[in-house]
Amino acid sequence: MNHPPRPVGDAAGLPERPRPPRWATRLLHWLCPPHRAEELEGDLSELFQQRVQAVGLSQARWRYVRDVLSLLRPSLLKRDKYPRPTTTTMIRNYFKIAWRNLAKNKAFSVINIGGLSVGMTVAMLIGLWMYDELTFNTYYQHYGRIAKVMQSATVNGDFGAGEYMPLPLAKTLQTDFADDFERVVLSSWTREHILAYGDKKFTKTGNYVSPEAPDLLSLTMTKGTRAGLTDPASVLLAASVATALFGDADPLGKVVKIDNKLNVKVMGVYEDFPHNTEFREMRFMAPWDLYVSSEPWIRENAGWDNNSWQILAQIAPQADFTSVSAKIKDLRLKNVPETAHVKPAVFLHPMSRWHLYDQWDKSGVAGGRIQYVWLFGLIGVFVLLLACINFMNLSTARSEKRAKEVGIRKAVGSNRAQLISQFFSESLLVVGVAFTLSLLLVWLALPLFNDIADKKLVMPWQEPVFWLSGLGFSLVTGLIAGSYPALYLSSFQPITVLKGTSSGFRVGRFATLPRQVLVVIQFTVSVTLITGTVIVFQQIQHAKNRPVGYDRSGLITVAMNTPELFGHYNALRSELIGTGAVVDMATSSSPTTQLGSRQIGFDWVGKDPAMKEQLGVMAVTHDFGKTVGWQFVAGRDFSRTFSTDSSGLILNETAVKYMGLNDPVGKVVKWNGKPFQVVGVIRDMVMDSPFAPVYQTAFLLNYNWAGVINIKLNPRLSASESLASVEAVFRTFNPGSPFDYKFLDQQYALKFAAEERISTLASIFAVLAIFISCLGLFGLASFTAEQRTKEIGVRKVLGASVLNLWSLLSKDFVFLVLIAFGIATPIAWYFLSGWLQKYEYRTELSWWIFAASGAGALAITLLTVSFQAIKAALMDPVKSLRSE
Amino acid sequence: MKGTYLGEFEEVVLLAVAIRSGDAYGAAIVNEIEQQMDRSVSLGAVHSALNRLQEKGLVDSQMGGMTAERGGRRKRLYTVTAYGRRALEEIRQLRNQMWDAIPHTAWS
Repeated sequence: MNHPPRPVGDAAGLPERPRPPRWATRLLHWLCPPHRAEELEGDLSELFQQRVQAVGLSQARWRYVRDVLSLLRPSLLKRDKYPRPTTTTMIRNYFKIAWRNLAKNKAFSVINIGGLSVGMTVAMLIGLWMYDELTFNTYYQHYGRIAKVMQSATVNGDFGAGEYMPLPLAKTLQTDFADDFERVVLSSWTREHILAYGDKKFTKTGNYVSPEAPDLLSLTMTKGTRAGLTDPASVLLAASVATALFGDADPLGKVVKIDNKLNVKVMGVYEDFPHNTEFREMRFMAPWDLYVSSEPWIRENAGWDNNSWQILAQIAPQADFTSVSAKIKDLRLKNVPETAHVKPAVFLHPMSRWHLYDQWDKSGVAGGRIQYVWLFGLIGVFVLLLACINFMNLSTARSEKRAKEVGIRKAVGSNRAQLISQFFSESLLVVGVAFTLSLLLVWLALPLFNDIADKKLVMPWQEPVFWLSGLGFSLVTGLIAGSYPALYLSSFQPITVLKGTSSGFRVGRFATLPRQVLVVIQFTVSVTLITGTVIVFQQIQHAKNRPVGYDRSGLITVAMNTPELFGHYNALRSELIGTGAVVDMATSSSPTTQLGSRQIGFDWVGKDPAMKEQLGVMAVTHDFGKTVGWQFVAGRDFSRTFSTDSSGLILNETAVKYMGLNDPVGKVVKWNGKPFQVVGVIRDMVMDSPFAPVYQTAFLLNYNWAGVINIKLNPRLSASESLASVEAVFRTFNPGSPFDYKFLDQQYALKFAAEERISTLASIFAVLAIFISCLGLFGLASFTAEQRTKEIGVRKVLGASVLNLWSLLSKDFVFLVLIAFGIATPIAWYFLSGWLQKYEYRTELSWWIFAASGAGALAITLLTVSFQAIKAALMDPVKSLRSE
Repeated sequence: MKGTYLGEFEEVVLLAVAIRSGDAYGAAIVNEIEQQMDRSVSLGAVHSALNRLQEKGLVDSQMGGMTAERGGRRKRLYTVTAYGRRALEEIRQLRNQMWDAIPHTAWS
C-alpha cells in the first residue's frame, strides 16, 4: 500500500513548513478511494497552508481536521467508479458465479441442496434424540451420587437383577454404613392414587417416600419447604397437581384426601420433574410413615424375606459406587442365609445408568436402551454420509463441465490458490444454504418427531455446542465436497482445456471410479436399512399375530384403589349386569396384561427335589373365566356348584409342562403347605411381554386378593353407551372417586410400543435413506445422459432402438446396485440375527426378505435411472447432433 | 426535472466554478465561496457538491497542474458544461421572472 506522502517541501530542501495533524492525514488516506486521494489531499494541504498564514496554526489545524471529517461521507468514499480488483471483489465474483451455476442447473441444485439438507435434518434430529437420552436424569442435582439399591441372583446359571428390596435393608445401610451413605430413602412404587379436595377428585401418580427424599431428589420448591414430609399427615404436591386441585388459591395448609381414606396437609409445592427424568410421574410425595401405618400388611412383611420396595441412596462425597457396592454385597446372604444357592448380591445401580442400562442379560452384562442409542446414532451417521456422498458425487460430476471456466480464469491470470478458494467458497455456499434449510426442517419436524419418539425435545437455539457442531460439520462437508474440484480442476493446464472440442473436456476414467464406489456405499446402506425395517416390522407382526388365549375385545379394567370397592362383590356384579351394558364382571389380583406375582413354595407329587420352582400366581373369582373368555384344554372352570373349588387351582399349559404333570386334572399341588386341587388347564394366556414365552402360572380363587375389576362390556351396545351405564353404577358404589377405566386391548397394544416406536423411526430413516440415494442416482443418471447426448444421437442415427439405449444407460447403475446388494446382505443378516436373539418369541430370518429388499432396491434404481435414460433415448437425434 | 434540480449550495458551487473559470478546483472554490459569501464552508461539502454536479452533467473535470503548496499533488480542474451554463441561466431567468411578478404594493 502507499504511504502517506510527505510534503514536497522537505524533499526539496525548502524551509520547514507547519504540518497538519498527521493522524487526520492518515485517516483520510486509509479511507479515501485512491482515485480521489490525490486531489483531496492536495486541496487540504493547500487550504492548510493558506490558513496558517491567515488565521494561525492552531486554527488551521482545527479546520484541517474538520475538513478531513467532512470528507468522510459515503458519496466521496464510494469506490466503484474506478473499480480496482481486490480480494473482496474477487470473492464477490466467486459467489456470483456460484449462484449463476446453481440457478442455471436448477434440477441439480434442488437435488444437491435438498438431499443434503434432508440428511442434515435426520442427523440433527437423531443428535437431539441421543443428547436427550444421554442426559436423562441430569436434572437431579445429586445425579452423580444417587443410586438405586438393587439385588441380583443367579438361578440355574441365569443372572437376574431386581430393584424390589426388603424393608430392613434401608435401616442397615443407614446405621451400619453411615460413612458411605449421605441419605437412604425408602419409597413405594409410583402408582395411581386418588387425590381429593372438596369435590375435586383426580387420579394422580405418586409415591410414599422417606422424609429425606425431597433433598435427595433436590426438589425445586415453589411453595413451602423440602422438610415438609416429617409430619406423617403431610404431602408435597407437584405444581401441576396443585394447580389442578386448587387453581390459583394458595395450596399450603389445605387438607387433601388420598385414596378416600388418608387426610394429609399440603406442606409444599415443587416444580414438576421434566420429561426426561426417571421420576417424572411422581406428582406427589406422601410420607413413608403414613404408608406404613395405613397398610397393615407392610408391618407383617417387614422382614428380610420380603422384597417389595425400592431403596434410593445418595452416597457420601468421598465414597464411590464400586467400593460401596463391594461393602454391601453380602447383606442379603447374611440376613437370609437360605438364599445362598442363588448367590444373592446387593449392589448400587448409579443414576447415570438407570435409563440406558436397565437390563441384564443372563451372564450379568448390563444393557438396554443404550443399544438403540448406538443404533440410531449409527443410522444418523449413515444417512448423513449418504447425503454427503450425494453432494460430493453431484458436485464433482458437475465440476467437470467447468474445466473450461478454469482454463479461461487461468488464461486471464488467476493463480491456483485463487481457483482453489473459488471452488471451496462455492461448495461452502451450497452447504450453508443446505444447513439453513435443514434448521428450518428440523424446526418443522420436531413436533412430529417428538410424537413418534415420545420425547419433549426443543430446538437448542441457545446452545453454543449445537451451533459449533452444526457449523463445524457444514464446514467439513463443504471442504470435502469442494476438495475434488478445488484441488483437481485447478491443476489443469489452460492450454489443454481450452484446446479441447466443444463436447467438453474429458477428465478421464479414474475420476468416475470413486463416484462408483460412493454409489455402492450408498446402496449398501439403503439395502441394509430396507432389510432391517422389513424384519423389525415382521417381528412385531409376528408377535401381534400370536394367539393371546383370551378375548380382549370390550374388556375394561377398573383399579380397586379405594376401600369402598371391597366387600360388595356380588352387589356390584348384579348391579352392573342389571344395566344390560355388561356381560360379566370379575375381580382379579392383577389385570390380564400383567402377571403381578411370582411365588415359590410349591410342592407336588413327582417334583424333582432339586428343582427351585417358581410359579406365577393370580387370584381370580368364579366369574373371571367367563369375563375374559379363557379356553380350557382339560378339566373345567371354577364353579359355584362345587364348594371344594375354594381350594381349587387352574394351571396354564406351560405350568403343566414345567411341573412335569401327566393328566394334571385332579392332582394336588401344595403351596406353602396348603393343598390345592387342580380343576382345569387353560390354554396359555399372553400376560407379560408378547415377545417372551408364557410364564408358568397358577390361578386360584380369592375374593379378597383383588387388584382390579374386569368388566366385559356388552358387544351389542356402543362402548360409550355401556361406559355411561357402568360409570353410573360406580358412582353409587364408590362416590368418592373418579371413574377411571382402561381398555384392555389398548393396554395390550402398549406392550408393542417400544418395538413400534423403533419400527416407525427405522422405517422413516430407511425411506429417507432411499430417497437420498435415489436423488443422487437421479442426478448422476441425468448427468451421464447429458454427457452422452451426442453418442446417443449417433447411435440413434445408426439404428439403435429405445430399448437398446435404455439398457446402455441403465446397466452401469444396475451393476453397482447389485454389488451393493451383495455387500449389504451379510451385514444385514449379521445385525438382524443379533437383534432377534433378544426376543425369545421371534420370527425367522428367511431368505425371501433379503431377496425382496434387493429386488425392491433394484426396482427403485431402475425407475430412477429409466426416467433419464428413456428421456435421453427418445430425444430427436437431429437436435442433439445439430449443435456443434 | 427532479434529476437536474439544483440545490442552493449546488448553485453556489456551480457559480463559483464559473467565476474561477479555468482554475476551478476544490480549494479555490472553497476560497471563492468563503470570500463571496463570508461564510465558512467545509471541503467535504464542496467536493460532494462537485461530485453531484458532475453526475448531473453540469460540470466536467480533468486533472491539472501541481503546485508546491499542494505538496506536489495535482488538482482536479472543473469547468461548467454547456448544460450547466443553461441550468444557471434558467435559474436566473426564473428568479427574475418571479421578481418581476412581485406587485409594487408588496413592500409598502
